[in-house]
Amino acid sequence: MIVGLYNYWIVVILMMIGFYIVIAQGNLIKKIAGLIIFQTSVFIFYISIGKVDGATAPILADQFSQYSNPLPHVLILTAIVVGIATTALGLALIVRIKEAYGSIEEDEIQEKDNQEC
Amino acid sequence: MLAHLPVLQVIVPLLAAPSCLIIKRPVLVWMFTLMVSGAAFLISIALLQQVLASGTISYEMGGWAPPWGIEYRIDELNAILLLIISAISTVVLLAAQTSITAEISEDRHTIFYALYLLSLAGMLGIVSTGDAFNVFVFLEISSLSAYAMIAMGQGRRALWASYQYLIMGTIGATFILISIGLMYQMTGTLNMADLADRLPQVANTKTVLVAFAFFIVGVCLKLALFPLHMWLPNAYSYAPSIVTAFFAATSTKVALYLLIRFTFSVFGYSFSFTTLPLQELFLGLGLLGIFIASAAAIYQTNLKHLFAYSSVAQIGYMIVGFSVGTSAGLMATLLHVFNHALIKGALFLALGAVMYRVNSVQLNDFKGLARQMPLTMAAIVVGGLSLIGVPLTVGFVSKWYLVMAVLDNGWWPVAVLILLGSLLAIVYVWKIVEVAYFIDPEPGTPQVSEAPMALLVPVWLLVAGNIYFGIDTRLGVQMAQSAAQSLFGGSP
Repeated sequence: MIVGLYNYWIVVILMMIGFYIVIAQGNLIKKIAGLIIFQTSVFIFYISIGKVDGATAPILADQFSQYSNPLPHVLILTAIVVGIATTALGLALIVRIKEAYGSIEEDEIQEKDNQEC
Repeated sequence: MLAHLPVLQVIVPLLAAPSCLIIKRPVLVWMFTLMVSGAAFLISIALLQQVLASGTISYEMGGWAPPWGIEYRIDELNAILLLIISAISTVVLLAAQTSITAEISEDRHTIFYALYLLSLAGMLGIVSTGDAFNVFVFLEISSLSAYAMIAMGQGRRALWASYQYLIMGTIGATFILISIGLMYQMTGTLNMADLADRLPQVANTKTVLVAFAFFIVGVCLKLALFPLHMWLPNAYSYAPSIVTAFFAATSTKVALYLLIRFTFSVFGYSFSFTTLPLQELFLGLGLLGIFIASAAAIYQTNLKHLFAYSSVAQIGYMIVGFSVGTSAGLMATLLHVFNHALIKGALFLALGAVMYRVNSVQLNDFKGLARQMPLTMAAIVVGGLSLIGVPLTVGFVSKWYLVMAVLDNGWWPVAVLILLGSLLAIVYVWKIVEVAYFIDPEPGTPQVSEAPMALLVPVWLLVAGNIYFGIDTRLGVQMAQSAAQSLFGGSP
C-alpha cells in the first residue's frame, strides 16, 4: 500500500513543502518557488492518475494491448503553461516591487507601507 | 450563426484581445474594446432569449459530442450571469478612456485594453463552459490578466496588492485543479453533466469528500468569503478605478456562480447539504463576514477600502442566502448577485469620477465636495442608499427576499442579524454623506468642477439601473426565480 502508491506520497509531501514555503517564507522569490513546488506536485498527481502499470502510450500496434490514459497528461500540459505564466508574472512583479520598495522581504515592505500612513 | 452564439460569446473577446496590440492608437483601441464588449452584451441578450424560449442550450465544441468533446452549456443561471458580466463591462468601458488617461500612462493603454478583454473573455468562459477543466483554464486567464491590471494602479502599493492577490489566487486555483483531478480519478469524466450522473455512485468515498473540500476552499478564496478575503481590500483599493468598478461588480460573482454550479448541479443538493455540514458552516461564516467586514468598513478612511470591505460584507449576504438551502434562498442570492453588481459598479465608478477630479479618495478630501461635484456625490448617495437597502432601490429588493427566505425556514434570529448588519451599512454610508455635505472644505483646497460627461453618463446609467430595478422588480425576480427553480428541479 505504502510502497505501491509511492508517487502519491511524493505528491502529498511536495504539496505540503510547497504550501508551507508559500505561507512561512517572507522572501518574495522564495514564496514563488514554493508556489512552483506546490503546483508541480499537482502536475505529478495528474500524471500519476493517467498512468496504467505495464501499459504503453496510446499508439496502435499489434504487440500492445494496454494503454495509459493520455487525457490527464494533455490536461497537465495546459496547467504547466498556466503555471509558467503565473511564475513569469510573479517574478515580473517582484522586479517592480524591488524597484519601488528597494526590498523583496515581506516584513520590510509592510513596514514601509505602514510608515506612509 | 445563431447556433454558434455560445462559443462566440467567449471567442470574440478572446480573439479581440491580441488584436488590440495591432491597432495601437489608444483612442481607437478603446472604441474597438467598447465595440467588442457591446457585441458580447448583444450576444448575451440573444442567448438569454434563446434560453427563455427553448430551454437549455448545449453547444458541442468542434462538433465533438459530449461527454468526450467540450460542451458549452447555457441554462438560465449561466445566461443571467453572462448578461450581468457583459452589461457591466460595457457600461464601465464607456468611462474607461477618460478615467485611465488620468491614472495610467498613455503608452500602457493598449495593453490595458488587451488585458481587460482577456479578463472579460475568461469570466464569460467560466460561466459558459460545461467542462470542469475548462473552468480552471478560464479562471486562470481572467485571474492572470486581473493581477496585471491591478499592478497598473498608481503608486507602489498596487504592486504589492497585486503580488498578494497573485499568491492567494494561485493557491485557490490550484486547489480547484486538485479537486478536478480527484473527480476525474473517480469518474473518468470532466463534463459537468456527466460528472453529476456519475458522482452519486462514488459519493461515499473519501476521494470525493476530499475533492469537495478542496473545491469549496479554492472557490471561497476566489470569492473572498470571510475569512479568506484578505487579498480583496488592497487589490480593489490600489487598482485603477476602472478595474475596481469592473471587478467589484463581476469577478467575485463569477466565483459565486462556480460555487452554486458545483454544489447544486455537479455534486448535487443532497450530497452538498445533507452529507456535509455545509449549511451551518456557510451560515456562520456569512454572518461573521457581514458583521466583521461592515465593522471594518466603518473605520476606513480610504473610500475604496471602505467599499471593498462592504463588498466582503455583501458577499456574506449572498452566502447566507445560499446556506438557507431552499429555492427561495438561492433566488435571493442570485438577485443579490445582480443587484450588487449594479450597486458596486455605480459606487466604484463614481469614486473613479472623484479620483479623476480630486486625485484622491481619502475621506478628508471629500469635505464639501457635494457642492463642487453635486451629480457625482448624488450618485454615491443613491448607491449608498441601495447598499443599505432603502425601499425603491435594488438593495431593498434583494434584502427583502433574503429576509423572507430566512423567515420561511424559521430562522428569525438570522433575519434579525441581517437587519442589524444593514444598520452598520447606514453608519459607513452616513460617514461619507456627513463629510461631503455638511463639512466645509478646508481653506486653501483648490476648487474642482463636476466630473466630465464621459464619466457621469455611465455612473448615472448604473444608478438609474439601481432605481429602475428597485421599482420594477419583475424582470430581476423572474429571472432569479426561474434560475433557482431550474437548479432545484435539475437535481432534486
